[in-house]
Amino acid sequence: MKKRTKITIAVAAVVVALAFLFVVSPLNQQKVRAAGERKPVEGTVSVLAVWGGHELDVFKEMAKPFEEETGIKVSYEGTRDINAVLTTRVQAGNPPDIAVLPGPGKMAEFARAGHLVDLSTVFDMEKIKADYAKGWLDMGTVGGKLVGVFAKVAIKGLVWYNPHALDDEGIEIPENANQMRAISERLSRQGKTPWSIGLESGAASGWVGTDWLENIFLRQHGPQKYRDWYEGKLAWTSPEVRETWETWGEIVANTDTVYGGKQYVLSTNFGQAAAPLFMDPPGAYFHMQASFIQSFIKKQFPDLQPGEDFNFFGFPPIKPQYTDAVEAAGDLVGMFNDTPQARAFIRYLTTPEAQSYWTSGTGALSANRNVSLVFYPDVLSRNAAQILQKAEIVVFDASDMMPGKMNNTFWSAIMSYVENPARLDSILRNLEQTRREAY
Amino acid sequence: MNGERHITGRVIRFVRKSLIHLILLAICVIWLVPTLGLFISALRPRALILNTGWWKAFDAPLRFTMENYLHVIQQANMGRSFFNSLMIAIPATVMPILVAAFAAYAFSWMRFPGRDVLFLMIIGLLVVPLQMTLIPILRLFNSLRLTGTFVGVWVAHTAYGLPFAIYLLRNFIGGIPEDLFESAFLDGANHVQIFYRLVLPLAVPAIASLSIFQFMWVWNDLLVALIYLGGTPDVAPMTVTISNLVNSYGGGWEFLTSAAFISMVLPLLVFFSLQRYFIRGILAGSIKG
Amino acid sequence: MILRSTILAVVAVFGVPAGLTLYIFLVEKGINRLRFPIQKRIRPWLWLAPGLAILSVFLLYPVLNTLVLSFLNNDSTQFIGLQNYMRIFSDREMLIVLRNNAMWLVFFTLVTVTVGLLIAVLTDRVKYEQVAKALIFLPMAISFVAAGVIWKFMYEFKPKGTPQIGTVNAVLTTLVPSFEPQAWLFNPSINNWALIVVGIWIWTGFAMVILSASIKGVPKEIVEAARIDGAGEFQVFFRVTLPIIKPSIVVVTTTLIINVLKIFDIVYVMTNGILGTEVIANRMYKEMFNFMNFGMASALAVLLLVAIVPVMLMNIKRFGQRGEIQ
Repeated sequence: MKKRTKITIAVAAVVVALAFLFVVSPLNQQKVRAAGERKPVEGTVSVLAVWGGHELDVFKEMAKPFEEETGIKVSYEGTRDINAVLTTRVQAGNPPDIAVLPGPGKMAEFARAGHLVDLSTVFDMEKIKADYAKGWLDMGTVGGKLVGVFAKVAIKGLVWYNPHALDDEGIEIPENANQMRAISERLSRQGKTPWSIGLESGAASGWVGTDWLENIFLRQHGPQKYRDWYEGKLAWTSPEVRETWETWGEIVANTDTVYGGKQYVLSTNFGQAAAPLFMDPPGAYFHMQASFIQSFIKKQFPDLQPGEDFNFFGFPPIKPQYTDAVEAAGDLVGMFNDTPQARAFIRYLTTPEAQSYWTSGTGALSANRNVSLVFYPDVLSRNAAQILQKAEIVVFDASDMMPGKMNNTFWSAIMSYVENPARLDSILRNLEQTRREAY
Repeated sequence: MNGERHITGRVIRFVRKSLIHLILLAICVIWLVPTLGLFISALRPRALILNTGWWKAFDAPLRFTMENYLHVIQQANMGRSFFNSLMIAIPATVMPILVAAFAAYAFSWMRFPGRDVLFLMIIGLLVVPLQMTLIPILRLFNSLRLTGTFVGVWVAHTAYGLPFAIYLLRNFIGGIPEDLFESAFLDGANHVQIFYRLVLPLAVPAIASLSIFQFMWVWNDLLVALIYLGGTPDVAPMTVTISNLVNSYGGGWEFLTSAAFISMVLPLLVFFSLQRYFIRGILAGSIKG
Repeated sequence: MILRSTILAVVAVFGVPAGLTLYIFLVEKGINRLRFPIQKRIRPWLWLAPGLAILSVFLLYPVLNTLVLSFLNNDSTQFIGLQNYMRIFSDREMLIVLRNNAMWLVFFTLVTVTVGLLIAVLTDRVKYEQVAKALIFLPMAISFVAAGVIWKFMYEFKPKGTPQIGTVNAVLTTLVPSFEPQAWLFNPSINNWALIVVGIWIWTGFAMVILSASIKGVPKEIVEAARIDGAGEFQVFFRVTLPIIKPSIVVVTTTLIINVLKIFDIVYVMTNGILGTEVIANRMYKEMFNFMNFGMASALAVLLLVAIVPVMLMNIKRFGQRGEIQ
């Protein structure tokens, strides 16, 4: 063998030997919390959620006092792909300690499979019941056990408007759906489109439409039927459901009533769909959206003042017996691994102190009624918080309550309907078929 | 008469040359415009991106800003993520090469029962969707305590890249003229020598192509790193940190414009540096040598 | 920890090739002692061993796992035979998914390979070759998320009469005065094509790189000889170059076909399958992670595996003729 080859082989052997030694040596302990491993004493709690951007900054600020006081490190992992990551890790046996659940539907699935810890063993239930209204706690309960609590919430079904535009037209805030319809017709006759709607939202395109339908349904048929609906006990082809779709159709399927026609509705991202309200002259006058749209409006139009340049009123009642109804949604948090660190953190998360970070930092609302209104950054979020606290009828976002497949089909159905409203029959039939399979 | 043909020849060559340039430039422009749009947008203030087309950036008043880039770079952990991305991508690019080359050599120049079927099965593995492997492999990693380690994610990426690597290298190595081998054997060379002295050098363009693609795929990967390695700041690659720029409602996506360019720099560098291995005649040269 | 990781990485980068080299050296030394016929039989397997080991664990095992799951129900508790597969071919939504993949398969592959080849050939003859190739390759270097952002900008829609901010609509409304702006991604009759265009934009660079390397490998002498013999440019290309690079064209086409069968990221990032754009991989993802239907998701994955059998057969004919040296 040539000398050069001998040397090469020798070098290779040495490198391999070193490599082997290094890899197996105890020096190579760089395992990370992501594996969900437990460390003794101070330790770490791993959190998996969808929060990013500014939300993430707020979360980190919120976690700081906790870390300083307890010495427990909060290890956060963020992903928009929460379904994929969470499902995979749960199935493979290394779930995060704490995770924001994709929705009550998913939460129920995890709970029934036995993956979620019963939080009544973790919380001081007296305190929790004092802080949170029964409705919120019920939402996080599966099979009698509390498995999820709300980190932050929002109201869905606020009608946003531009006060200047309304003043110019001499429009008064409607007190019920009939008045709303009258205003709408008046504007259409003048060649103006009253509503602006934007459905696009990446993977979840169509959810804005589901909010519309939920708010209409709630006020047409009441909370009992609403519950039947998301529990899968009401057929999609039933007259009640059909009536709700057709009511919405009067607004969205009509080029005279919605800005930009169906192309605009389908292709505009929900975060920018309020923009026509602030055009000169206004492209639209009303925009139905959740409380969190505020931050989007501020981003796109930094000079607008909340309250003066944009404001909201509650979704107008349709049937008088269902007034003061509110639809809410929020980030549900559950615990997968019962560790002392996780217990401490989830207890901290639900305190008014921790919640106040969310409210003052992001303008989100808190389900904890002991968060002082002082912690809401402006008049609009304070109003929203008050609406939430005073509402007689509070229901949760129905589509979030439905099983994954039903939810997805609902979103696509919205898109299909706007694309071609004449196909309502077959759309409803398809939804009905999914209902039979998904529940 | 010769003079006429000469001129006609020149005209034809000129037209041909112009046509080549025309087509090529047209294609280049079409390919460039989308990226150019993003590049300009990344330099504009957020409000303008959302309300006007990017070409309006050249209308007075000119309002360019580095705020998008600065926000991304100053993002907590961006430096560490860059390091992590390198830490993941470089070994994951290097490791499959020799493994695939061995296999490709065997498939090309050794005969054994089941050779063709086995090779077809490897091509078949190209189509395995990543998502179907996540749960079984994560379970395996969990039991081997490889979750959250760089070693784990290297091995995973190596495995995911092997089918394509073997396929591509097999094609190149199989294309080496048989007489080269015969003369080498006549000279008394054994397989190891032939592999390292003849096959590998000739396969350099293929290895270079392979490296470019594997590096890029690993560099731009999000899901594999997230699942096997985790998204915590000490191990998160750039893709994870960038995705955290966007909040759960999708707000903040304008930062993706600048993040995309920051993230693009390295793969492009890799592309350029490996380009010199695409030299015409590298095969022809060795025939003479 | 940074130091530790760096050392580990350096070790991996040098240690793994070194280790493999050592392995093959020892192995060859070892079997050289044996009788020649036995050598011949064992040798291929020893060279294949590292690759096969990794592939069996990481790809083969999940595939078998998937195959089993495809015959079970959603939470893998009951055997249901071929029901999942029958659903795929009877459910209306599923049929649309299949149709979409077929559209991608034909159009995307054809255009990408052709344009890639065209560029590979043309750039070979110009001085600014590197620049041109870099421009075409650029989209491949961009992550899919970024590509999604880029093309969402391109396809932006604003109602007729208001200024367009999306490049495509802006260009078309300027060039063709009567053109009405389109919501490209949200119009079921054109959205699939819009997505396919994005795919072509991204992947042509891939075809170009491989075909370019292959064209460079065509010996200059052969091409020159043909030219001297009086062959025109087209003849040189079709009669001389093309046959030589044909194997690479097959490789590129095969890889593209396989990639397009499992196309996921582009659709996921841009529309996630709404309004009739769903493809098999997206559906599989939804079934698996959103609906938790592991049975259905597995059946879709198996469908993909079956769909490339024709592609594999296409490769048999070529590779079966390979020689052998010993």
